[in-house]
Amino acid sequence: MDTSFIIVSTCWIAGLGLLSGIVLAVAAKYLTVEEDPRIAQVAELLPGVNCGGCGLAGCMDYARGIVLKGMPPNLCAPGGAECVKRICAFMGVAAEISEPKTARVLCGGSTKTAKRKFLYNGIADCAAAAATAGGDKGCPYGCLGYGSCARVCPVNAIRVVDGLAVVDKARCISCGKCVGVCPRKIIKIVPSAETLHVLCSSKDKGPQVKHYCSVGCIGCRICTKFAGEAIVMEGFLALRDYTKQPPNDEAAAKCPGKCITKG
Amino acid sequence: MSRQVHHERITPVIQKAFTFRGGVHPKYHKESTSSSPSRKMDLPAKLGVSMAHHLGAPAKPLVAPGDEIKTGQLIGEAVGLISAPVHSPVCGKVIAVEPLPTILGRMVPAVLIEPQKSDEEIAMPVLGADADPVVLLARIGEAGVVGMGGAGFPTRVKLSPPKDKPIDTLIINGAECEPWLTSDHRAMIEDPDGICMGVEIIRRILGVKTVRVAIEDNKPDAIAAMEKAISRLGGDVGVTVLHTLYPQGGEKQQIYAVTKREMPRGGLPMDVGCVVENVSTSLAIFEAVAKGRPLTHRRITVTGDAVNAPANLIAPIGTFYHDLIEACSGTKGHVGKIIAGGPMMGFAVADRGITMSKTASGLLVLSDSPEYRSMACISCGRCIDACPLRLMPSEISQCVEADDIDGAEQAHVTDCCECGCCAFACPARRPLVQHIRRAKALILAKRAAQKK
Repeated sequence: MDTSFIIVSTCWIAGLGLLSGIVLAVAAKYLTVEEDPRIAQVAELLPGVNCGGCGLAGCMDYARGIVLKGMPPNLCAPGGAECVKRICAFMGVAAEISEPKTARVLCGGSTKTAKRKFLYNGIADCAAAAATAGGDKGCPYGCLGYGSCARVCPVNAIRVVDGLAVVDKARCISCGKCVGVCPRKIIKIVPSAETLHVLCSSKDKGPQVKHYCSVGCIGCRICTKFAGEAIVMEGFLALRDYTKQPPNDEAAAKCPGKCITKG
Repeated sequence: MSRQVHHERITPVIQKAFTFRGGVHPKYHKESTSSSPSRKMDLPAKLGVSMAHHLGAPAKPLVAPGDEIKTGQLIGEAVGLISAPVHSPVCGKVIAVEPLPTILGRMVPAVLIEPQKSDEEIAMPVLGADADPVVLLARIGEAGVVGMGGAGFPTRVKLSPPKDKPIDTLIINGAECEPWLTSDHRAMIEDPDGICMGVEIIRRILGVKTVRVAIEDNKPDAIAAMEKAISRLGGDVGVTVLHTLYPQGGEKQQIYAVTKREMPRGGLPMDVGCVVENVSTSLAIFEAVAKGRPLTHRRITVTGDAVNAPANLIAPIGTFYHDLIEACSGTKGHVGKIIAGGPMMGFAVADRGITMSKTASGLLVLSDSPEYRSMACISCGRCIDACPLRLMPSEISQCVEADDIDGAEQAHVTDCCECGCCAFACPARRPLVQHIRRAKALILAKRAAQKK
């Protein structure tokens, strides 16, 4: 049996391999793109969830921004204070450490407490539901509960419980993706340390709110007496001003609409 | 391969017949109202005349609570080019000016009126059909006439095509391809001369020679009435009998069926030398010109298997849906679904406190509200066969489900007329039209953001 073709083809492949290797080695030497080595090191310090909360495409992009464009190192919400400190130490810059924040759905109307206008039988997406006769929820401002926010959350911090989106404070990295996707615009990024929240976004008058929701803000203003300047009225809706501190959490217990919560 | 054979078989047929490719045959259910005469509705206790009956910006309310108003009085002023004024359909007192929901759930200012029994009427001076076209066009604008077939495009704008788009054919749409609805059918039987006078006015404004009244072949009585009336006009006029096929009343399908001209992508009827007007719009034009009456009343079919006495009503615009249902002796049994318009393109409404607009051709009260479970696409291709615009709804819907809006755009989702044939034909009961609407909304938002 003639075995020479095996030897010939082996030699060919080996020769091609050697040639390609040499070309690649030469290319690596002469065509290399110099990148600041600090970029990779800063990217190592970032948490690597690629949430986009800083406003850039991902952690690598943000690292490039910090090193090349001198962006502030305190934009990374998932990294928290620890991450900012490490990057500051590495880059030799100073930055204010922002307080930890978390997303909060400002609605308390679940299937148990808020009425539905009709049976919605379409695609399970909040924007699509909102475009169908204004949404099936009786309240024109409340959470529709089809979980568009939960689907965009990069860390699965949002669950829909009884037709209401609820944010898991421990998991939330406050990237803000849910804020942009909510068609009702009722998700807010709030300081994690805050315990007093107004969980209603309905601007309607009291009797109307009562008609469709048992835990809505009726605009009675009682909370403003207890919370000082931390709760302000905007029309018929109490709004929590997160720049001010309430003296205590008394307002939650006194709210007749049961829409103010502690924790 | 099988699809190619199908095309070869069907193409020569549609080139000869007055029809188009695609479409579906839903059950028509028209017999409950098509043979009984329309009836003028008694004055309801309250009217809510919305300021948005048309595409474009809502009109601006001109009255305040407490004002005494007369029939035909201007109560809403047109704002901008694509807008139409609104007039009071009754004499009475303005109770309030407050937002009311439209069928799409949008809150729009409306004038709430408590009607009083009185014959006082503010009519505009009567014009002859031989008046100057500019005067006629201005009158149509003043009378607040909008396209009454569905979209509600202001008729004045539609009848003023730019000079570089010559119009040679006027098509009067009497197809009424939506199941259940018979309001246009009854209008053609009850007032064919009024419609034809309207046609004469449009013909004069546009300066067209050829007029075709397009009617589906399931309305022989309307065809006979219109043929008799239109022949009196003289010139190149006539009735074109279309195959009974949904959506034969769609603008693009009808132009193709009547003239065999295909509208370009994203184009308008004037790009192929056509203008399409609904028969009810033609009637409203006649009323506005020859009687000086603004558009304040219209025929509406109140029907469905949960209505006691289905009928065509001539009702004032702004009538609440619950009053319309009451005027037909109320409902019987379980009410599962209320649809404003026809079952194919109409909108299911959430409550009966919505008021009738100028474009409301029907109100459907159905006992059944089937809860569908939609499934994954089984790639059967029935939606592609049914689509009169030759789109691929299956592909588009899968793009939308995967959040690939660019993919949907490349599949020409923006050409869709939302006729609903695809969803009707889908054996997997996929909400195809809803997927398409969602894609359109997202594409519009993207384009608006790019403009900024």
